[in-house]
Amino acid sequence: MIRLFNENRYERDAVSTPPNEGEIVSSLASVANRLPRISNEVQASGADLEARGVHAWFGSRHVLADVNLSFPAGRVTALIGPSGCGKSTFLRTLNRMHEFVPSAAMAGEVLLDGVDIYKQGTDVTKIRLKIGMVFQKPNPFPSMTIGENVLSGLKLAQIKRSNKEDLMEECLTRAGLWNEVKDRLNSHGGSLSGGQQQRLCIARALAVAPEVLLMDEPCSSLDPGSTLRIEETIRQLSQSVIVVIVTHNMQQAARVSDYTGFFLTEGGPGRLIEYAPTREIFSRPKDERTEAYVTGRFG
Amino acid sequence: MAQILPLQIPVPTPKKPWKPAPIAMIPDLLILVGAFLVADATVALTGFKGKLAIFFLFALYSTLGSMALAFFRRGATAMSNAMATSMAYLSIALVALPLFSVLLTVVSRGRHALRLNTFTQDMAATQPDAPFSQGGALHAILGTTVLVILATVISVPIGVLTGLYLTEVKGRAETLIRFLVQAMSGVPSIVAGLFIYAVWITGGHGGFSGFSGAVALSILMLPTVARTAEEVLKLIPNDLREAGVALGGTQWRTVVMVVLPAARSGLITATVLGVARVAGETAPLLLTIFGTTAKHFNPFVGPMSALPLYIFQLLETGLNVAISRAWTGALVLLILVSVLFTLARFVGGRVKS
Repeated sequence: MIRLFNENRYERDAVSTPPNEGEIVSSLASVANRLPRISNEVQASGADLEARGVHAWFGSRHVLADVNLSFPAGRVTALIGPSGCGKSTFLRTLNRMHEFVPSAAMAGEVLLDGVDIYKQGTDVTKIRLKIGMVFQKPNPFPSMTIGENVLSGLKLAQIKRSNKEDLMEECLTRAGLWNEVKDRLNSHGGSLSGGQQQRLCIARALAVAPEVLLMDEPCSSLDPGSTLRIEETIRQLSQSVIVVIVTHNMQQAARVSDYTGFFLTEGGPGRLIEYAPTREIFSRPKDERTEAYVTGRFG
Repeated sequence: MAQILPLQIPVPTPKKPWKPAPIAMIPDLLILVGAFLVADATVALTGFKGKLAIFFLFALYSTLGSMALAFFRRGATAMSNAMATSMAYLSIALVALPLFSVLLTVVSRGRHALRLNTFTQDMAATQPDAPFSQGGALHAILGTTVLVILATVISVPIGVLTGLYLTEVKGRAETLIRFLVQAMSGVPSIVAGLFIYAVWITGGHGGFSGFSGAVALSILMLPTVARTAEEVLKLIPNDLREAGVALGGTQWRTVVMVVLPAARSGLITATVLGVARVAGETAPLLLTIFGTTAKHFNPFVGPMSALPLYIFQLLETGLNVAISRAWTGALVLLILVSVLFTLARFVGGRVKS
């Protein structure tokens, strides 16, 4: 039995022997079962995000078909699936980043607190203020110091706020970075390691107090230590923020999420194959394709 | 094997809900029309006079109007956005208007003398004041084509290699070279011509010839190509160079196989900018190719003509007919340059796709 969780539970990246699939299923299930279920019970802020019948296209290529998902308050949702299945595209439809691609088109509704964010006349900047995003590659603004990076959202959105120092400390603390950077807030973001940069990006996203935080494979280029910190941050955030995380790392999905959605494309557009509480996805998936994926038989 | 087919749901039509609906654009349109009318009225009723006044008043009113509209729609923060957008549009109008005006003037004045024989005959046996049905600009078209091609052949390899020195080799003289290239781009074009005249022609290395002119043009073209190439090569991510070297390639092989192809479209831009810099130059040619009225193919021996020089020499005569021919020369030069640029884009873009 491989040890996914031990006392030093994030050492799992060091596990190198390929386990057989039966072991993975059972170990993932046990991981999911042992997780503290904090966020299901906590009914935090009233925000709530829902995707209804979302389709997405790039040019004439239909990449995402009919996704219906709701993200209630205080819940971490993981989106898993092989590359090219449309999960990142779906994530980007949730805060209107999809339209940045000139050939992009979509159909369906995304409701934030019951209001379609794609409704005509919606102020898209306000939507993105409420629905923050952390990208796959850490992207601190190179021309700003660490401190300025954290507060950059306020400046970009022209939000006036007193006691900025407190906010800076709070956000950096929540992102698990405060102790490492408190003595060099005036140095540039580029001087940080990759993991620190990503936590800086999370702190930056938190500073504008979003209701939803979308994370697109935030740990894909990070070391286990940084991954651990970011996962802890996600668990903490889930009490006040809706978190949606796209990840290729199934153990990560098992560790941080309450619900998991599995996306897959079978030639055509990507679809949501199964959506269930995370422990069910990993212990008794209903769809055989989900089972094949979580046991590592393909994808 | 029983596979459950997913329930077939009709696929909705793709939409772009982020594009404002036409009906939502009506207020924006009304503001533009209103701004124009009010600007017109201001000019009619106050001391302001002329088309320029209308334009600037329209700019002011439409900016204020769109800011007000943005304020009503989205509040104070959207106002500055509306202002910047409006300014950007007005700026391109300010840039495009004179350009179109020049283009229109060249076309409208140049078309009178434009005949088929413009492209098939030279001026060797024709007086400048002969009717338009006689003579043409063929010698000048040939000359410009030969000169531009020669200048490109000389300066693009040197320019790109200079760019490579600055970005890939990063030798000791990097700062000095960059400084020199920058200083070179400030050289007045007639000085380039004088330089070749003094060093090459009076130095006894060669007479007036197309080649002398091409070298003079290369002096002007080189800094543009080198600086642009450097900027473009700087944008190529270092990962690519590392990947090439890590596969066992030498620096040169990596540059040829990885870096230059990645910078391809940018390097074509560098070439196009360089050609644009020299295609219309007259001054350096006066002292190097001298000018002639007959077709002349050999760029290494004897005077040649070129379109800018053709225009200049016709204008000097002061005759109305000759001036019309000169406008036609300008039109032909515009056409020729457009054809060259289109060709460059076509040749450059073809391999990529």
